[in-house]
Amino acid sequence: MLLHLDTVTKSYPDTETPVLHGVSLDLDVGGKLALTGESGSGKSTLLHLIGGLDTADSGRVEIDGTDLTPLDDSGRAGLRRGTVGVIFQQFNLIPSLTVAANIAFQARLAGRHDPARDAELATRLGLQKHLHKYPEQLSGGQQQRVAIARTLAAGPKLVLADEPTGNLDEASSDAVMSLLQELVEETGAGLILVTHSERLAARLPRRLHLRAGQLT
Amino acid sequence: MSRVILSALLSHWRRNPLQLITLLAGLALATALWSGVQAINAEARASYDAAAATLGDGQYAQITARDGGAIPQETYVALRRGGWAVSPVIEGRIDGVRLIGLEPLTAPGGLGPVRAGGEADLGAFLSGSGQVFARSDTLTRLPDLAAEPVTAPDVAPNTALTDIGVAQRLLDREGQIDRLIVLPDQPLTRRPLSDIAPDLIRSAPQEGGDVARLTDSFHLNLTAFGLLSFAVGLFIVQGAIGLAFEQRRPMVRTLRALGVPLRRLILLMAVELALLALLAGGIGVALGYLIAAALLPDVAATLRGLYGADVAGQLSLRPVWWLSGLGIALGGTALAASGALWSLARMPLLSGAQPRALMMARSGVGQATIAALLLVLSGALALWGDGLLAGFAMLGALLIGGALALPPLLGLVLRWAETPARSATAEWFWADTRQQVPGLSLALMALLLAMAANVGVSTMVSSFRLTFTGFLDQRLASELYVRAADAAQADMIREVARDHADALLPLLSTERQVAGMPAKVYAARDHATYRDNWQFLDAVPNPWDRLARGEGVLINEQMFRRSDLSLGDEVTIALGTGLPVLGIYGDYGNPIGQVIVTEPLFRDLHPEVTALRFGLRSDPGQVAALRDALKEAGIPQAAMTDQAALKRMSLAVFERTFTVTTALNVLTLAVAGFAILMSLLTLAAMRLPQLAPVWALGLTRRSLARLDLLRAVVLAALTAALALPLGLALAWALLAVVNVEAFGWRLPMYLFPLDYLRLTGLALLAAALAASWPAWRLSRTPPAQLLGVFRNER
Repeated sequence: MLLHLDTVTKSYPDTETPVLHGVSLDLDVGGKLALTGESGSGKSTLLHLIGGLDTADSGRVEIDGTDLTPLDDSGRAGLRRGTVGVIFQQFNLIPSLTVAANIAFQARLAGRHDPARDAELATRLGLQKHLHKYPEQLSGGQQQRVAIARTLAAGPKLVLADEPTGNLDEASSDAVMSLLQELVEETGAGLILVTHSERLAARLPRRLHLRAGQLT
Repeated sequence: MSRVILSALLSHWRRNPLQLITLLAGLALATALWSGVQAINAEARASYDAAAATLGDGQYAQITARDGGAIPQETYVALRRGGWAVSPVIEGRIDGVRLIGLEPLTAPGGLGPVRAGGEADLGAFLSGSGQVFARSDTLTRLPDLAAEPVTAPDVAPNTALTDIGVAQRLLDREGQIDRLIVLPDQPLTRRPLSDIAPDLIRSAPQEGGDVARLTDSFHLNLTAFGLLSFAVGLFIVQGAIGLAFEQRRPMVRTLRALGVPLRRLILLMAVELALLALLAGGIGVALGYLIAAALLPDVAATLRGLYGADVAGQLSLRPVWWLSGLGIALGGTALAASGALWSLARMPLLSGAQPRALMMARSGVGQATIAALLLVLSGALALWGDGLLAGFAMLGALLIGGALALPPLLGLVLRWAETPARSATAEWFWADTRQQVPGLSLALMALLLAMAANVGVSTMVSSFRLTFTGFLDQRLASELYVRAADAAQADMIREVARDHADALLPLLSTERQVAGMPAKVYAARDHATYRDNWQFLDAVPNPWDRLARGEGVLINEQMFRRSDLSLGDEVTIALGTGLPVLGIYGDYGNPIGQVIVTEPLFRDLHPEVTALRFGLRSDPGQVAALRDALKEAGIPQAAMTDQAALKRMSLAVFERTFTVTTALNVLTLAVAGFAILMSLLTLAAMRLPQLAPVWALGLTRRSLARLDLLRAVVLAALTAALALPLGLALAWALLAVVNVEAFGWRLPMYLFPLDYLRLTGLALLAAALAASWPAWRLSRTPPAQLLGVFRNER
């Protein structure tokens, strides 16, 4: 089992009702699922809890056999470096590093840097001509491809993609999504895709819907 | 992992070199000004220590003539025979070099280069034409003395040591001694001093010429200036660090999202800053060395002229100074970065990644409240504070409070200016200027402090100069001053004066304890010279008439303050003779108390004191003839000093002092100008979203650039308007509180409006120059870049 969530609850001080209420979820190694829901339904919060970016109020989050609940900041940071890869809607590239350095960055942090793998990913994602550019010199679609390359270059067991094509037009969105699926499939990593798009959600074998903090 | 993170952090500086330059230059300039001043102080103090080690200044009790004149060699012999373990010293100057004559066989061990058991050749020192010991640079300044020059690096700067016999010959003062060093171990069987030589007086160690104490005022002011300059530089550093941290918030969030632990991130950011601080500190210390080397000759001349202190005119490299320079750079960076690091430590991982509007986190209301509290505290300390520490706390509260009050006050003034604006452009200009204040506030605070320091220090120095020149006019009223070697010469001077001078004023004085402090008692002849020229800080009606009748005494300000005396209080000037205080006069730069009594009373009380120094009044046109007459009567030229030469010399000393303060003023202002330039440049890119819509609505890029230039000048002018009262408050605090607490005398404060106007002009020029480059860049911004703003918004 790659991911196991058991009755996870999360509230924020400024909200009356919990954002997540008793969410339970399992994902096998290499499993893929799409998480849909209205704005404010708790999709991103759930993704943040799985990625160790935030902590649950109650319940249990287990990734690759590791319980996240007792982990401190350093422990959760280690999980993000080595096991989980997050692709953000806003790309979150490091503006002062070149495309090549951005792609290599997380793999270097995780101690798994393989320049050949970087080069292969850059070629597959059409970035080979842009390796010496800085993020601000790229289009939105190109930046998102750099973010995908960065995540996959580190070889995570679970890829969390939070609206990865939310800032792209339909054509770019489809192209980026195809590449992401293809590359994740090749690595055998698990994938959780958070999206508003029914069309994108339909591309994955399993689909869950969040409504008012509960999975349906 | 640390290397990867550090390289990511450092990549920010590679992509933002201007920010890096701002940070490094700000810190380097701050360190340079501080360490430059410290180098000057350290060099001067090392010179005082060398003087103390060489000459025993302040270490041993001394015996001097009661009238301040020379001691005959026979008296020294009589004292030795009477059992006194004393050693003679003679001093004089040859071509500006202080020549000291010692007697090595009787001098205390460890004094001078000729030490018992030392390597020096005592025979060569004593015999024949003798030897002269000095530093190599001092030896080159001495004329041919017909004595063997010996290089001795341990000797105090600008000082040469030789045998007393050689010194007497070189100084043309055969058979004379200036003072006797009293050795610590004295035989119990020795005869009392008053029996052997009643006209001599013994003073305890430290009561004599403690140069370090005399010059404390000068060094304190330099240190205060250095600290202010450092504070101005730190504002730049804080601005640069704050901006860098704000711009790196997205990077920090990403790094953490990618698995970098917060603690490691903070540690590495601290390491990154420490590396930058060490680099900037190194540059700053080197720059400080250059500043100190450039200013030291003027400082040395000032100290020599004002206090007779000999300070080496060349700078030595001292490891402690290098280390302290780097230390202050590290400490300053830590101080400037502490807020940013603290906010980073508390930043939630999922907080907004976009940079917050600069300085918006700082609540305007909170800042205004803190400023008001500090200013109130400063006022309370001024009213009720006691002691030097309270004085410095008051200064600190005043300056920090004033700086913090600037942004809210500017906001108020700009809001007020916006109201009557008629045109759309004017309305936008004022509103936009108000919006720029938070981003520019650190640079403007730096300008405020720099200007306040300029106004404060120049007011203090100019007040000192004005007071001191007035004081010189009071004290140096006589046209010619003559010193007699002995009573026979004194009679000769009296005789010449009868025929060639309008009046002869004997300068009689003796030292004794008065009102619990060491004091000099002077005699004043009842003469118009005193009545017309001397001014009192406070006096009873007709003080000179009453003094002449022997009904009281005059005291200096130091005695008035330290002994807590008031007009009418009685002081005992001799056993059984108590007289009321009739007046208090200013006596600037003198560390000890003074009492003036009428001449007849003085002669009654101290019949043993004979006048050997005289002031001669004469028509200024007749001074040359008077000198000739004295010369004909056998008085050597060297014994005569005319008033004009003395004043000329004193004013020349002040001009050197002014060179130092003017240089520091200009440097501090330049630092503030640099702060404005860097703030404007770093803000330029962030301003595009604000400027692009106005450009799109019809204002040309050139108009926008002109308005930006005008904005900088307007903000500098408003800052200058606030800096003036702050600077005057600073001057008042230095003159009326710190100086009084530290040195016992208060300087009157004068205002110099033309100087302030010139300073304001300079500040506006600095702001305009600083703004011109960013404005030029704005006028050349490609339209595509402005259009990019709208693309990004979409």
